[in-house]
Amino acid sequence: MKNMDFLQIAIFFIALLLLAIPLGRYMTKVYEKEKTCPDKILLPLEKLIYRLAGIDANCKMNWREYLAAVLCFNLIGILVLFLILLLQGVLPLNPQGFAGLKWDLALNTAVSFVTNTNWQAYSGESTMSYLSQMTGLTVQNFLSAATGMVVVIALIRGLRRREGNTIGNFWVDLVRTILWILLPLSIVGAVLLASQGVIQNFSHYLTYTTINGGQQTLAMGPVASQEAIKMLGTNGGGFMNANSAHPFENPTPFSNLLEMLFIFLIPVGLTLTFGRMTGNIKQGKVILAAMLILFALGLSVCYGAEDSGNPLLQSAGTSNSLSMEGKDVRFGLVNDTLFTTITTAASCGAVNNMHDSLTPMGGFIPMLQIMLGEVVFGGVGSGLYGMLVFVILTVFIVGLMVGRTPEYLGKKIESREIKMATLAVLVPAATILLFSATAAVTPAGTSSIANPGPHGLSEILYAFASGAGNNGSAFAGLNANTLFFNLGMALAMLTGRFGVIIPVLAIAGSMAAKKTVAANAGTFETTGPLFAGLLVGVVLIIGALTFFPALALGPIVEHFLMWGGKVF
Amino acid sequence: MLKTSVRALVLILIMTVLTGVVYPLAVTGITALFFPAQVHGSLLYKNGKMVGSALIGQNFSDPKYFQGRPSSAGQDGYDGTSSSGSNLGPTNKILLEAVAARADKIRAANDLNSTAPVPSDLVTSSASGLDPHISPTAANLQIARVAKIRDLSENEVKVLVNQNTEKSQFGFLGEPRVNVLKLNLALDALIKGEDRE
Repeated sequence: MKNMDFLQIAIFFIALLLLAIPLGRYMTKVYEKEKTCPDKILLPLEKLIYRLAGIDANCKMNWREYLAAVLCFNLIGILVLFLILLLQGVLPLNPQGFAGLKWDLALNTAVSFVTNTNWQAYSGESTMSYLSQMTGLTVQNFLSAATGMVVVIALIRGLRRREGNTIGNFWVDLVRTILWILLPLSIVGAVLLASQGVIQNFSHYLTYTTINGGQQTLAMGPVASQEAIKMLGTNGGGFMNANSAHPFENPTPFSNLLEMLFIFLIPVGLTLTFGRMTGNIKQGKVILAAMLILFALGLSVCYGAEDSGNPLLQSAGTSNSLSMEGKDVRFGLVNDTLFTTITTAASCGAVNNMHDSLTPMGGFIPMLQIMLGEVVFGGVGSGLYGMLVFVILTVFIVGLMVGRTPEYLGKKIESREIKMATLAVLVPAATILLFSATAAVTPAGTSSIANPGPHGLSEILYAFASGAGNNGSAFAGLNANTLFFNLGMALAMLTGRFGVIIPVLAIAGSMAAKKTVAANAGTFETTGPLFAGLLVGVVLIIGALTFFPALALGPIVEHFLMWGGKVF
Repeated sequence: MLKTSVRALVLILIMTVLTGVVYPLAVTGITALFFPAQVHGSLLYKNGKMVGSALIGQNFSDPKYFQGRPSSAGQDGYDGTSSSGSNLGPTNKILLEAVAARADKIRAANDLNSTAPVPSDLVTSSASGLDPHISPTAANLQIARVAKIRDLSENEVKVLVNQNTEKSQFGFLGEPRVNVLKLNLALDALIKGEDRE
C-alpha cells in the first residue's frame, strides 16, 4: 500500500471519530428529550407539527402500536410517492417535460425509496422531473432514514426498560429525528458540497457548441440538497444516473471525502448513543470495535484486489494491470475502494465507481458486505439494529457453550428473542438466495444479464442482495427496468426491510417487559475484546455458511478464471 | 387504524413541505449567495460564449486537441444527459477487444511503436462517462502530437499541461490530474495571442 493511500484512509477515520463522538452525545440528548442548542427554534416548530397532525406527544406506545405506526406510515409513504411518480407528466416543475413513469417502474421506485434502498431502475437525469426529485425522492430520503433510526431507538428503549411495556412514541421519535438531526446536518452538508461544485439550480438543461464543434447538453437541477441527505441518510439514490461518480454530484476529492464521512457519521454516532442510553458507553464501544474489525477486513481485500488489478487489460496493451474501467481519474484507487467498501458496509448504495467493472474480488467485497446484513456500521439505524440481532445470537451461542441462560444488559435472552433474531437473519438471506435462484433459471431473469460467464450470475446475485439488504447499489449492467425485475425487486426490498423491522420491534417489546437480573460471577461480559471477537466470528460464520456456495459460483470462480487468462 | 392512517398522511404532507420544498429552497438560497458559479455548473466561456463546464469532459476528435478518456455516456460519448459507465465486467471479451483497439488507435495517432504500453485511463471508459480529467502520463503522451500540429515547441505545450494539472487536493487527497477542456482552451488562447502580435 502506498503511503499516501494509507494516510487518506487514516485521515478519513480520524475525521469520522472526531465528528461522530459529539454527534453520539447530541443524539442521546435528542432522544432523551434533554436540552439542546437548537431548542429555541425547533421546540415551537415541533409543537406546531404535533398540533397540525393531531399527535399526542405524551402518549407512549407498546411494540405493537409502534409497529403499526411504522407500517402505516411507510405504506402511505409508498402510495404518495407512487402517485407523484405516476402523475409527474402533469405536475409542475418539469422543465424537460418528462412523462409520468410506467406503473411498474413507479411502484419499484416508490418501494425502493421508502425502504431506504434507493435501487434505481431508471436514469435520474432522463426520467425524473425536479418536482419528483425534490418533493418525492428527497422527502423519502429523510423519512426512510428517520424510520430506520427510530426503530433502533425503540429497540434500545426495550433493552433498557424494566418491566414496562412501552417503547416510546413513533411520531415523536420521527419528528425529532428529522428536525433535530437530519435537517440541520443536511443543510450544512449541502452547503459544503456546493462549495466544491455540486450544482443547485432549477434551470433548463444547458446546450452549447463545444470548441471541437460538437453539441453538448448538460443536465441541471437541485442536486446539492438531495446529495447531502442521500449520503447522511444512507439512502444512496443518485440525482444523476452515474450517482456519486457524476462530477456534478461529486466533483472533487474533498467532496468525495465529505460524502464518505456523511455515510458513516450517523451509524457510528448511533453506536455511541446506544452505549449512553443503556448507561454503559462500553456496550456501544464494543460494537463499534467489532464493526471496525469487519470493515478493515473488507477494505483490505477490496483494495488489494483492485491494486492487483486485471492482468487481461495489461495483455490488451495497457502499461500496467490497474483497471480504470468504470473509474474516474480524480479520486484514485484508494478513494474508489474506500467508497465502495463504505457504501456497502452501510446500506447506502451510492457509488463513485461502477461496481460492475470492479475486479472479481473487488466486487466480491461489496456483495459479501450486503449479504452479511450491512451490520458493519450499516444503514442509519438499520445497521445497529441488525448488529444487535447478531449480538443477541452471539450471547446465545456463548450461553450454550458455557451452559448458562444467556443474558444481555442484565436481561435474560429466551426462546422468543432467539426465534425473532433468527427470523431477522433468515428472512433477508432466504429472499436473496430464492429470488436469485429464480432469476438465474428463468428467461425473464437471464435475459437482463449484460456480462457473460460467471459475471452474469454475479449481476443477479448482487441485484437481489442489494434489494433485500436495502442497499441500492448495483452491478448496473443488468437491465433492471423490466416487469420481472421491477416487481421482484420491489418484493425483495419490502421483505428485506420489514422482515427485519418486525422481529426487531418484537424483540424490543419482549425485552421491555423483562426484569433486570443483577450481574454475578457467571455473567458473560459483553464489553471486552473477547466479546468483540466472538461477535465478529458469528457475523462471518453465519454469512459464510449461508452465502459461500452462491459466491463461489460468481465472483470467486471468476477471480481464478481471470488470473488464468480466460475471457468470455 | 383509520386515525393512524390520517395522521401518517398529514405528517407526510407536512414533511413534504418542510424537507421537499422549504429545505431545497433554503439550500438554493444560501448556496446561490456564497457559491454562485458552482451551483450553476462551474461553466466556462470563450469569447463570451458558453463552451462547457470545468467539471464535465467533452469529446475531442480533432488531433490538435488533447483527447480525454473514452466515454460510455450516450451513443457518441460525453452526453451530459445520460451519464454512465460501460458496466463491462473484467473478463468480458467486448471490454478487452475495445481496450486493444483503442490502444492501437492511440499508438497510431501519437507515432508510438505498435507494442508500446498505453496508460490505462486513456483506453478505458470512466465511471461517469463525463470524466473531465486524464492522468499526467496520458497528457504527456500527447504533447508531441499536439505541438507538431500546432507548430509549437514541445516545451510550450508542456508548460500549459503543467498549468492545467490539478494536484492532490490539500496535498494528500485524490490523484494529480489534467483538466482536458481547460488545457485545450488554454491552447486555443495561446495561438490567438500569437496571431495578434
